[in-house]
Amino acid sequence: MNHIAIKMLMGDRGKYLGIVMGLTFASLIMTQQPAIFLGLMSRSYSFISDVGLPDIWVMDEKVQFVDDIKPLQDTELYRVRGISGVEWAMPMYKGLLKARLADGTFQTCNVVGLDDATLIGGPPVMLEGSIEDLRRSDGIIVDIDGARDKLGKPTPGGERIPLKIGDSVELNDHRAIVVGIAKVTRTFQSQPVVYTTYSRAKNYAPKERKLLSFVLVKAKQGQDLAELTRRIRATTGLAAYTGEAFKTLTYEYFMHNTGIPINFGISVLLGFIVGAAIAGQTFYNSTLENLRQFGVLKAMGTSNWVLLRMILLQAVLVGTIGYGLGVGLTALFGYSMRNSILAFKFPWQLLMFSGAGVSLICIFAALLSIIKVIRLEPAIVFKG
Amino acid sequence: MNPSPLAVRCQNVVKIYDTGDQKVTALNGVNLEIAMGELMMLVGPSGCGKTTLISVIAGILDQDDGYCEVFGEDLLSMSNQRKLNFRARNIGFVFQAFNLLPALTAAENVSVPLIINGMKRSDAERKAVAVLEQVGLGARVTALPSELSGGQQQRVAIARALIHSPRLIVCDEPTSSLDHETGHNVMTLLKEVALHKDRALVIVTHDARIFDFADRIAEMDDGHIVGVKGAGLKAKG
Ligand SMILES: Nc1ncnc2c1ncn2[C@@H]1O[C@H](COP(=O)(O)OP(=O)(O)OP(=O)(O)O)[C@@H](O)[C@H]1O
Ligand SMILES: [Mg+2]
Repeated sequence: MNHIAIKMLMGDRGKYLGIVMGLTFASLIMTQQPAIFLGLMSRSYSFISDVGLPDIWVMDEKVQFVDDIKPLQDTELYRVRGISGVEWAMPMYKGLLKARLADGTFQTCNVVGLDDATLIGGPPVMLEGSIEDLRRSDGIIVDIDGARDKLGKPTPGGERIPLKIGDSVELNDHRAIVVGIAKVTRTFQSQPVVYTTYSRAKNYAPKERKLLSFVLVKAKQGQDLAELTRRIRATTGLAAYTGEAFKTLTYEYFMHNTGIPINFGISVLLGFIVGAAIAGQTFYNSTLENLRQFGVLKAMGTSNWVLLRMILLQAVLVGTIGYGLGVGLTALFGYSMRNSILAFKFPWQLLMFSGAGVSLICIFAALLSIIKVIRLEPAIVFKG
Repeated sequence: MNPSPLAVRCQNVVKIYDTGDQKVTALNGVNLEIAMGELMMLVGPSGCGKTTLISVIAGILDQDDGYCEVFGEDLLSMSNQRKLNFRARNIGFVFQAFNLLPALTAAENVSVPLIINGMKRSDAERKAVAVLEQVGLGARVTALPSELSGGQQQRVAIARALIHSPRLIVCDEPTSSLDHETGHNVMTLLKEVALHKDRALVIVTHDARIFDFADRIAEMDDGHIVGVKGAGLKAKG
């Protein structure tokens, strides 16, 4: 009876395509929107990923996410270094400073100051120059997107001439010279990222008593990280997180304190509802239209159980095709946008998520049809 | 030995449709016997209960009272599953509106009863082609219903009603959608191909021009059989 079910389904091309398109739409929205959402959310902590090397981040207790800087006193660094199980601990400055461009305009930059000796926490990829060049006087490394765009020299034509090695910038009235160009992962903030040494960063920054943003800690080999975090907290009274925990903290901050999840949630829900409405209703309509045929099959001795399987098969078929097309289109979308500013992250869990969504629509559509067909009186076959 | 055992025996069959606000007595004590090998026509004014009666006989509608036995079995007392199997094996249907599945070819349509009875698709379709040849449609086995004329569609339907060798074929107005000549041809075919000593045919019709094909004609009015004309068993009721 399977081939009959499939032929009945595809007999009406228009309806069949309508169902598949509805499901494709739902599947596309339910995959693509969360992919963008996840991409965006992962940007909230991409700075932490970029720093990479340290096991543990130590910071003020009240810090809520990675860009929420609450400076510490420099002495905290030495206290952390003194804790057993710490292999090394390095200072990091992170803050927003104003850069004066060649044409006299100002641009806020995200300045990262690295330990002068080790330069730990530097950019993940160097495009030009090397991180060691930071040791040269007034040296800074600028991220490529910032160098090309916001820090570029404006021309009368509106285009910008990218900042290049050797160019100078004024950071808070201090001279800085570009010694390298780096590639960093995009963050939520669109400001250019400027790397320099810790002491130079302190120099650039407005004079304050506390300027230490984070202490980056590497644990001794074999040291249990959870254990060490607890020890740091207990000893210093500061907050200490593993890299992953700090990412989660940041991510959750954005989840709970911004409208981003709700906005995407609404998109996904709309995709689900519209898809369910189009596909579900068309599927049901197609069953209604075929009701007499189901009645004929019933009169000729087909059991409800077989009819149920036929409808389920139809639902599984359109569901699989619609889901496949939607997910495929999403992947294509992500691929074609791979070099753009667009955030996009497509983990396998997302496949499960949209798969469950499409399944739900299909089950709902099939259920309505099944109820109708099971209740159908075979005697209708003789009605005119 | 009885040369013509009974295919159908109805005693005092009552069917009342309850539509909520009103009750319609469609069958009001029907008594009727149909013999094997017989072509029985059922005639009567519109709304007198002809369709209701053949629905009960074919086992797709339960009567509310009375007794209806088909090949010695009481349909009302059967379980659902047994009744389904009974229909699948013993009943063939021909409808006024043909009721072919529009997405299936002629051969696929004809093969459906065999597939319902569990035959493999390829075997069923092979047999369907043979039956289509029998009804003169050997050249149109791959045609869709929409590509066939009304008369051809009805012949496909007849092939479908026959293919699983049912012992009873019920037809509701099989010629009413067809012009006179086509209807006549369809009846000739039914009588030639479908009628058989081990099979009974019940044909509901308004069409006086085909009365000649009947062995007997049962006349209904207002939910009763008011008379049976023709040779064979004596009328009751
Ligand atoms: N499903 C139903 N619900 C309610 N009433 C029904 C139903 N089917 C038939 N009836 C009523 O039962 C009576 C008998 O109907 P039936 O269809 O058996 O008549 P018929 O002799 O076949 O008529 P026709 O020649 O017009 O086909 C009619 O009054 C009809 O209105
Ligand atoms: Mg009728």
